[in-house]
Amino acid sequence: MSLGNQLDTLYRQVIMDHYKNPRNRGELEGDTLTVNMNNPTCGDRIQLHMKVEDGKIKDAKFLGEGCSISLSSASMMTQAVKGLSVEDALKLSEIFSAMMLGKEYDEGDFDLGDIEALQGVSKFPARIKCATLAWKAMEKGIKTSSEDGD
Amino acid sequence: MNVQEVRQMFPILNQQVNGHPLVYLDNAATSQKPVSVIEALDDYYRRYNSNVHRGVHTLGTLATDGYEGAREKVRNFINASSTEEIVFTRGTTTALNLVAASYGRANVGPGDEIVITPMEHHSNIIPWQQVARATGAALKYLPLQGDGTIDLQDAEEMITDNTKIVAVMQVSNALGTINPIKEITAIAHKHHAVMVVDGAQSAPHMKVDVKDLDCDFFAFSGHKMCGPTGIGVLYGKKRHLEKMEPIEFGGEMIDFVGLYESTWKELPWKFEGGTPIIAGAIGLGAAIDFLNDVGLDNIQEHEHKIVEYAMARLAEIDGIEIYGPEKRAGLITFNCIDVHPHDVATVLDAEGVAVRAGHHCAQPLMKWLDVTATARASFYLYNTEEDADAFVKALIKTKEYFGNVFG
Repeated sequence: MSLGNQLDTLYRQVIMDHYKNPRNRGELEGDTLTVNMNNPTCGDRIQLHMKVEDGKIKDAKFLGEGCSISLSSASMMTQAVKGLSVEDALKLSEIFSAMMLGKEYDEGDFDLGDIEALQGVSKFPARIKCATLAWKAMEKGIKTSSEDGD
Repeated sequence: MNVQEVRQMFPILNQQVNGHPLVYLDNAATSQKPVSVIEALDDYYRRYNSNVHRGVHTLGTLATDGYEGAREKVRNFINASSTEEIVFTRGTTTALNLVAASYGRANVGPGDEIVITPMEHHSNIIPWQQVARATGAALKYLPLQGDGTIDLQDAEEMITDNTKIVAVMQVSNALGTINPIKEITAIAHKHHAVMVVDGAQSAPHMKVDVKDLDCDFFAFSGHKMCGPTGIGVLYGKKRHLEKMEPIEFGGEMIDFVGLYESTWKELPWKFEGGTPIIAGAIGLGAAIDFLNDVGLDNIQEHEHKIVEYAMARLAEIDGIEIYGPEKRAGLITFNCIDVHPHDVATVLDAEGVAVRAGHHCAQPLMKWLDVTATARASFYLYNTEEDADAFVKALIKTKEYFGNVFG
């Protein structure tokens, strides 16, 4: 297989588009929760801002530094979870994890949209952690917000 | 030194990765193993596996001879005075932690200072942070020059009578800087401070003479010098080791055990609690034999040639930023402008070229360089000019590839 073909399963156009033109990059104003997460083995970091109200993710933005996979995944994640209920966001995160591990997954009623472009990451085990970083941050944020609510 | 003959001794090099011949340029992370080391481990497990220092039986004696014989090889390798000064550890990290936890905590107090550098590997930073926190001592950093070297004048100024410990790496794993250990040691000794040297990146690549350096402690790992993982060495001057308390207690390291009090074995065994790393030490002994056969001077000269060649080839490509001083050990840390180092490493891997991408366990140094991560190609005795060519070719492809997807 040529270099291009093999790598094209990883670096899909849509991924590079999210990397070049990240959606929801920035900070949220007002009463929001902030999650810092990094990948200690490689130095990628993300700061995720979320507005969670009435069990729903009203808004999500991110700042961070990292490779094309981690930043495009953050861009896609914020796009996908905005407007979802907390439960659905967590379900979607599980589906994403399964996709990364190369397992069968049932997308149910979710429209995976751009996220499916990241499927190729499962063939590059060293890069899975890059793709899951933003999702882990989202999970941590939801966990914190539910603890605060108690 | 005939590099093709050397390569024949490393079976792992003879393979294809992602459809390309393997070009292994991650030697600063770990080196490959020659057949003689693999066979020494195999021979130990097949023929004389046994515990050491206790069995009256024949295999126990053979294993003890193998283990203690390896200690003598290490002593000779770094020119220590006695095998009492050679403590086997799990690696450089464990060795540095032993110095910090034992010598550091007992000899450093409030108002004292520990001097290190911002280029240190995390394993030569965090143990000292812990000592400083526990004792109330201050941790101070020697500044780096713009090219990532140390100015001895700064060392003269920062190391004072308050300094109790100076800890510096001999060769930087991220910049390739070769530090003037002998000179810094002399400054430390003027102020009665002890000198701790992280030799993880020097011992595999150049002749080390601890008597000539006059350092008080010297730590290194087996796996970066053709030996197995899980074995390393702490060299310490006898007068320090004698006074130091063990940090691990249990079998192997005791002399007499009572209900409420115990005494320790003599040096070096008081620091080797539990069944030691017998196979690892024997494998390290075989690695030392191998390196001595090839000759450390030949290895250093060979790496120097390859790295010069690779630097010249890299200069042909636009948009490559290289970090570290001009006079460097056998590694090149770089970034490809506009492409993240992870992405560089993934594309190189698709071409069979193995490099490291990340912070190289040197986050303070990355901060100093003002980057979050870099890529690194590190060379060893079995690397060739063809390897450097393959590396440069793959980098050019990386630039083309990302030029296209971004274009």
